[in-house]
Amino acid sequence: MSIVLAAKNINKYFKKPVRFHVLKDISFKIEKGEFSSIMGKSGCGKSTLLYILSTMDTDYEGELYLNDELVTGDSREKLSYIRNKHIGFVFQFHYLLSEFSVLENVMLPAKKLAERTLKEIEHNAILQLKTLNIEHLARKKASQISGGEKQRVAIARALINNPSIIMGDEPTGNLDSYNSDNVFNIFKQLSDEKGLSLLVVTHDEDFAKRTDRIITMEDGSIIS
Amino acid sequence: MPNWSVILNIAKTHLLTKIKQTVTAALGVTFGIGAYITLVSFMTGLNGMLDDLILNQTPHIHIYNEIEPSKNQPIDLYDEFKNSFNVVHSIKPKLSQRKIHNAFPIIDYLKEDENVRGAIPQIKTQIFYIAGSIELGGNLTGIYPLEEAKLFNFKDYIIKGSPEALQNANNGILLGSGIAKKMSLDIGDRIQISTIKGHIFPLRIVGIYQSGIADLDAIQSFVNLKTVQRILGEAENYATDINVKLHDIDIAFDMSKKIEKQFHVKAVDINTANAQFETGTTIRNLITYAVSITLLIVAGFGIYNILNMLIYEKMNDIAILKATGFSGKDVQLIFMSQAIIIGIAGGILGLLIGFIFTSIISTIPFATDALPTIETYPINFNVWFYVIGIVFAMISTFFAGYLPSQKAKKIDPVQIIRGQ
Repeated sequence: MSIVLAAKNINKYFKKPVRFHVLKDISFKIEKGEFSSIMGKSGCGKSTLLYILSTMDTDYEGELYLNDELVTGDSREKLSYIRNKHIGFVFQFHYLLSEFSVLENVMLPAKKLAERTLKEIEHNAILQLKTLNIEHLARKKASQISGGEKQRVAIARALINNPSIIMGDEPTGNLDSYNSDNVFNIFKQLSDEKGLSLLVVTHDEDFAKRTDRIITMEDGSIIS
Repeated sequence: MPNWSVILNIAKTHLLTKIKQTVTAALGVTFGIGAYITLVSFMTGLNGMLDDLILNQTPHIHIYNEIEPSKNQPIDLYDEFKNSFNVVHSIKPKLSQRKIHNAFPIIDYLKEDENVRGAIPQIKTQIFYIAGSIELGGNLTGIYPLEEAKLFNFKDYIIKGSPEALQNANNGILLGSGIAKKMSLDIGDRIQISTIKGHIFPLRIVGIYQSGIADLDAIQSFVNLKTVQRILGEAENYATDINVKLHDIDIAFDMSKKIEKQFHVKAVDINTANAQFETGTTIRNLITYAVSITLLIVAGFGIYNILNMLIYEKMNDIAILKATGFSGKDVQLIFMSQAIIIGIAGGILGLLIGFIFTSIISTIPFATDALPTIETYPINFNVWFYVIGIVFAMISTFFAGYLPSQKAKKIDPVQIIRGQ
């Protein structure tokens, strides 16, 4: 099995208001096709870790590898490109661009990547919406659809560039149990059928238990 | 390499969904540019008119014989007083002839000079207009009407008749409008004039002249050069004044000094004669530009303000764009292009409004005795004002957009996403 994401001895300090050691010497690997979740109490540093893994936070010590390539120390432009191409993101709050249509939201990262023609991108986006059973929403404004639907649109957007890994920051945290189940099933399906790697930070124990692997954190360290 | 179609598409959507703010910001620019175009066209139009008033009818160099005391008094010839301090009381001006010696060879010489656009002779003399037993004092100037029209816009000041009519009429006179009114005369009528020596000549009125200066129009009339020579009983080479027009007005001073030295005549250049007029032009231009720039800076602050607010509202959008792979530079370009679009749209509309405004102003009647040729307010429709206007709109919106967009570029997506 190849390694999609690897963290080596990652340390992070918050400097304000006082110096605080948030992440303590974190090392772990995620294999291709693995569906992992990170559990832990509030303030244990799991979200902080996720933002480092996502390359958005660059203020840390240690090394981060994506597809066996070191990304630590790359320029911001390069990191933007890596996020665009290799990482799909799903947040707790849906974070769609509310003034754009659902379809445009899904297409946006692919347009930015600009590896395919506009027609192909639109075709792919509709395909993604179809697999998530929301193609009927394509022309609606992102602000006009429900929370569960928004999260599915966000997943479709995360998938549009065929990323190496999908990261989720409490993707079900804001959803009722029906929609949570729905989102979990989508993730599970992606992992099983398409061999996609997933890394999800969650509070939800039921959600975590059903994933392949649970990484438990406490006080800035991985304990299991 | 920024992906322009995506960036512009996002910018467009932002602008269209906040159409009210966009329009407000654009109207700020529109107002600034519109006011600039209106002001500058109107002011330079007026300036041009006032300049023409002086420049067109004033020769760049005026050559004549001045009646003045001679510089060398008899006492200077005595060797015995050479080293003394001499005081001479009640000096009288020297009797010299009004005629310019060799006037026509001088004119031919000047016409050869490549800096000279034209040089024409005039004869100025005092006469009386005779109405029954009343004699009205006046000035009569002998001219070449067609050349005067060509070089000094003489035609603009002929309110009735034409230079050609004067040229063709042997005994024609172009009567000042003031005298014509006083004596109830009009085109086609006859008038008698008397020279200082008492010779009386009948002349036929072929036109009415009005300079706009009432005192002048009450005395001044024009006839052909040859007619004056005949009236005065002078030879055909008699001329009292030479008016020179140059291609470049800036060399007038040096040229006049040269002529004075070379021909022993008095030569006055236009700048010396009308020093005050250039000061007026400069200050009017200064005021125009100061007001316009102030307006545009105010518009710039409006754009700055609105973009700043927009960026605060779009914090989440910026974070999500950055999380999904848009770089800080892309985000900056999104907001910069919004500013530039506002600038261009507002600017073009401003140019249009400025054009409409000035077009309306240029049809408003503006009748003044001072300028018989002017019927409406003078407007200078110069393409360069429009070029400067749109460039200035883009520059000012660029700077107004730069600072807020710089802020958007630096926004840390992690902070926004965590802050929720």
